[in-house]
Amino acid sequence: MITIVGAGPAGMAAAGSAVRCGAEVTVIDDNPAPGGQIWRGEGRTLAAGAVFIGQARVVSGDSGNRTLLVETATGARNLSYDKLILATGSRELFLPFPGWTLPGVFGVGGLQALAKSGLPLRGKRIAVAGSGPLLLAGAAYFRKQGANVVLIAEQASITSVARFAAGLWRWPAKAGDALHLQTALLGVPQRHGCWIESAEGEERVERLHFREGNNRFSIEVDYAAIAWGLVANNEIAALLECPSVAGTGGAEVSAVEGEIAGLVAAGRDDLAQKLAPRREKARRFAREIDRCFALRPEIRELPRPDTIVCRCEDVPFSRLQAFNSFRAAKLHTRCGMGPCQGRICGPAARLLFGWRDESVRPPILPARVGTLAAPPAESGQ
Amino acid sequence: MLIRINGRPFEALPHTTVAAAILATGHTAFRRSVSGQARAPLCGMGICFECRVSIDGSPHQRSCQIAVREGMEIVTE
Amino acid sequence: MPLPDVVVVGAGIVGAACAREFALAGLRVTICDSGPIGAGATGAGMGHLAVMDDSEAQFALTSYSQRLWRDIAAELPAEAEYMDCGSLWVAADAEEMDEVHRKRRFYEERAIPVDVLDARQLSDAEPNLRRGLAGGLLMRNDAVCYPPCAARHFIERSGAKFLLGAKVVSGDDRGVVLEDGADIKAGAVVLATGSAITELFPELPVAPRKGHLLITDRYPGFLKHQLIELGYLKSAHSSSADSVAFNAQPRRTGQILIGSSRQFGVTDTAVESAMLRNMLQRAIEYIPALESLSSIRAWTGFRAATPDKLPLIGRAFGLRNVYLATGHEGLGISTSLATARLLADEILGRESAIPRAPYHPGRKWC
Repeated sequence: MITIVGAGPAGMAAAGSAVRCGAEVTVIDDNPAPGGQIWRGEGRTLAAGAVFIGQARVVSGDSGNRTLLVETATGARNLSYDKLILATGSRELFLPFPGWTLPGVFGVGGLQALAKSGLPLRGKRIAVAGSGPLLLAGAAYFRKQGANVVLIAEQASITSVARFAAGLWRWPAKAGDALHLQTALLGVPQRHGCWIESAEGEERVERLHFREGNNRFSIEVDYAAIAWGLVANNEIAALLECPSVAGTGGAEVSAVEGEIAGLVAAGRDDLAQKLAPRREKARRFAREIDRCFALRPEIRELPRPDTIVCRCEDVPFSRLQAFNSFRAAKLHTRCGMGPCQGRICGPAARLLFGWRDESVRPPILPARVGTLAAPPAESGQ
Repeated sequence: MLIRINGRPFEALPHTTVAAAILATGHTAFRRSVSGQARAPLCGMGICFECRVSIDGSPHQRSCQIAVREGMEIVTE
Repeated sequence: MPLPDVVVVGAGIVGAACAREFALAGLRVTICDSGPIGAGATGAGMGHLAVMDDSEAQFALTSYSQRLWRDIAAELPAEAEYMDCGSLWVAADAEEMDEVHRKRRFYEERAIPVDVLDARQLSDAEPNLRRGLAGGLLMRNDAVCYPPCAARHFIERSGAKFLLGAKVVSGDDRGVVLEDGADIKAGAVVLATGSAITELFPELPVAPRKGHLLITDRYPGFLKHQLIELGYLKSAHSSSADSVAFNAQPRRTGQILIGSSRQFGVTDTAVESAMLRNMLQRAIEYIPALESLSSIRAWTGFRAATPDKLPLIGRAFGLRNVYLATGHEGLGISTSLATARLLADEILGRESAIPRAPYHPGRKWC
């Protein structure tokens, strides 16, 4: 019996390979349907035979007696597992800059998710800024939904991006994607070595200020979509003390890692071995992205003293500077003690101060008190 | 379907999340931060908690993770 | 007579209160901790500023300390979240109501302001408590605070030299020695290390008593007072069994802090699902609406417990310049200021406002 947490590319691939090996598979996901973030709303389904439990969040677990405490819309369940695959995917890296808390400033993936969940974008002026291929994919999607993409600002230099483009011959499918994206984005202003310095507006974002080398310019927007990179959702793995964890790297590497995990969990190491070259190729692509789109030092200097770093508790940058560890900052300013449990401010603090948030305790997502109080009734599936 | 945001009726399409519906109807602020700043969704995937509103009397609901239902009462801060 | 230098080991609320008190008396103070200020039991507890009546000695210490807290409340910074909410001891039945009346007599005889609430008054005072409770005792002068920020305030205001990351591995009449080999010579050494005192003095009867806590999201107005069930005393008194007792506190943020649990003989810091479950089930029995509140964090901490439930305050047995300020169990925040005052009195040869003998480290353990 294989339980998989997460129904994104990795989880779906794991379910597929495990089912093909004859295993009984259950997949749990917080969303109502499979697909994760990248395939949200596309109507994808799991491999036939795998059971999907949607709108269910893992809040705690015990690797000793192999149970997961799962909260659903209406209650809580304890799930037992024989083998567990954590395919919890990643979230966007959010970094503070003046005005980033204004309504209308979203993550690129965040705005995409909202659009796929019913937010109309037609006619909206959207600037896409940050770093990485997600900027182009997001911009193309927004344009397709009828938005007016006014700018794509990539902080990596043109040299870095050109190097990335030139290296794409190694991954022909990716080269094809890139060409397709550039075609879809014809006419959209794209700048490199260009990054957002601040967002401005009364009750919502109205204009963005950019820097490009020694130049500065501003642009009027309805929405800002910002993407700096990805952070792996390793909280359950840390709670269950998983010895080694794969990182992030996009749908391809996620899918092959998932497929391998499913095979290993189903006892087919031999088949899993065969996928090693494909995995290595996908991991090389992920590493290439990390290399070419590494964040420049100026990004670390964007916050002003009054720029909010912890959004849950409104802790500004200046208050955090007095401390030399996340633990001390948390204790004395409440940074990281809000409902996001440090998911937004933690990676930001890591980039800004070099701090790591070591602690992981249940509940690993805010959960109803009743969920944590629920008796440990064995309910299997 | 008909939903109500801060007491006023709005039309929403099925399979729309509450967050998308609130944004689509022109509301900008979902909640107020602890120091009173206007806040709205950021991550769109249920981890930033900035999209929280009261739904049918229950506070702190992550609106980006919940689909609209006929007659839903939504209250922003 | 020259003023002695003091080195305080441990920057929790007790150590911080000592640094403040000694500095007020004109002493030069160095305070050190292997971690940040208030990162031990001080940061893990409820920040309750209570008066208790388990014994005359406990009453004397808690009431004296509460007066001292009330005296300085106005100077505390906003982050210390001082809140004058009072404590409400909740009686579930007639037997517990008898205990309420006994406490009232005890406190009124000693000029502590209390009110007895009947079932209806209890329900008016806290509408989220379940129906069918018998009543309660309101301790009007009890308060709550956020101790790590209070500790930090005490240390900053004291002007003491704070050594962060300085782990003390031994202490004697000449001073202390740090893990990196450095030594700090001082006229007096004060050990305010909580249950870690046994790393320095293994023979001391101080044992770690693990506790769990949970905090919810913000629900302003959900509770108005610190709530404690009268059965709390049975839990606190038990010497060996694992136990839970209902304890809930509104914070200035509107978040609800839920406790409490006690375990002996466990040193693992992990949150234990079963203990958390029992503790929350007990809390839901008293406040049914808790069940649907969103909880954000759970954590554990270790109280420093002694066999007679009283702390160790005073000169360490067999030493001349080493003083102990530890063993406060669940009353560290409450009694920190009085602890510091009594210790300063002893070091400086002053009379104390209350007898020091019951807390003396050299006392008989029966």
